Amino acid sequence: MIKTDILIIGAGPTGLFAVFEAGLLKLKCHLIDALPQAGGQCSEIYPKKPIYDIPGFPEVLAGDLVDNLMEQIKSFQPGFTLGERAETIKKLDDGTFIVTTNKGTEHHAPVVAIAGGLGSFEPRKPLLDNLKKFEDNGIAYMIKDPEVYRDKKVVIAGGGDSALDWSIFLADVASQVTLVHRRNEFRGALDSVEKVQELKNQGKLNLITPAEIIALNGDDTLESVLIRKISDAKEEQVLEVDNFIPLFGLSPKLGPIGDWGLEIEKNAIKVDTFDYQTNIPGIYAIGDVNTYPGKLKLILCGFHEATLMCQSAFQKIHPDKKYVMKYTTVGGVNGFDGTKKEAPKAVVKKIE
Amino acid sequence: MTDIKIKITDRDGVLHEIDAPTDMNMNLMEVVRSYELAPEGTIGICGGMAMCASCQCYVLSDTELPEMSDDEEAMLSEAFNVKDNSRLGCQLHISEDMEGLEVALAPEEL
Repeated sequence: MIKTDILIIGAGPTGLFAVFEAGLLKLKCHLIDALPQAGGQCSEIYPKKPIYDIPGFPEVLAGDLVDNLMEQIKSFQPGFTLGERAETIKKLDDGTFIVTTNKGTEHHAPVVAIAGGLGSFEPRKPLLDNLKKFEDNGIAYMIKDPEVYRDKKVVIAGGGDSALDWSIFLADVASQVTLVHRRNEFRGALDSVEKVQELKNQGKLNLITPAEIIALNGDDTLESVLIRKISDAKEEQVLEVDNFIPLFGLSPKLGPIGDWGLEIEKNAIKVDTFDYQTNIPGIYAIGDVNTYPGKLKLILCGFHEATLMCQSAFQKIHPDKKYVMKYTTVGGVNGFDGTKKEAPKAVVKKIE
Repeated sequence: MTDIKIKITDRDGVLHEIDAPTDMNMNLMEVVRSYELAPEGTIGICGGMAMCASCQCYVLSDTELPEMSDDEEAMLSEAFNVKDNSRLGCQLHISEDMEGLEVALAPEEL
């Protein structure tokens, strides 16, 4: 069981900055995120896009903002449960919470702060009959163990980096790899595109474009897919396969958090703007995941919400402690790792 | 203020005739949101970067529209429910040339 003061669900910019504000109050944080890396949308959707409205940064790449936040919170030693989705929450008699992930990891904390953005990122699934039936019986949306595909006939669909990268990787593992994409053009790193071209020329990879998979066949497990060329003559072909891996990217879903008994409005969690607490005392919601009159889904608003949330969380965790907010220019930053950052002392010297 | 008339059929098949401002630097996705023709959180998820297809719409009129960028084309090639007349609303900047535009919102991806 992982124990912490504030359990933050979502490791996007808002969740990460909450670690800093909590750290100033000597509160420890642990973050859960469904993605394998921190940063949320900034890392997953638009790491290379510049952001222009972070106060003090005329221009910063989303990926760099995440790197900076990670650096800023490092000395507060946050814990991370990455690649797991927060699934259930249980309120104990003493008012504390246990949050369990889809992989069974348990987290215990007196305060839960949901900084879940648009929700957890789930694979986008193609609209095909029988798709559900073949999930885990030949169809997978993520490759966890490439060895599963050893000496198998695999078809991959998609035109982005993950489709390219896995086609390249599996070309050496599977007995046959077919990549199907709706266009002749691929959107990915240049060297990945070139490598796929090379493998195709060598006959190590079967490329079918522009085309799409339109039907799945098989009794209990997937046996073949029907591929239709998107050209004037709509030629179709049946391809015998053991595995089909659709890689159409990820899209965010509010997911299980929607069933936690929280008041939801417009696909977001309603909060009190006094401290961004939800209708369940002890559960807060900050950043893009919350809503209130006048809400703006901006990173800078998430930072503000995280800051006020931490003040309220402090009082909830330490109801008897006296506290006043201290500026970092005055108090510096005292890391949990023993490091201390503070303003250099001014030199006081008499001028003769 | 200069408004143009646009017809938008929402995901429930209801037709809305609305005034879209040309002087507010808005795109079609934002116009749909401003009139709340699709629930918040189901459209414009990526914010308008052509990185999701939640604002996909079908163009029903023969209004001349700006050409697709590589980003839009790439996104639509990975989206679902795509037809020949599919566009991403976020990439359609409202201008006076779009007077009389008619679109239908594509179904929400589940």
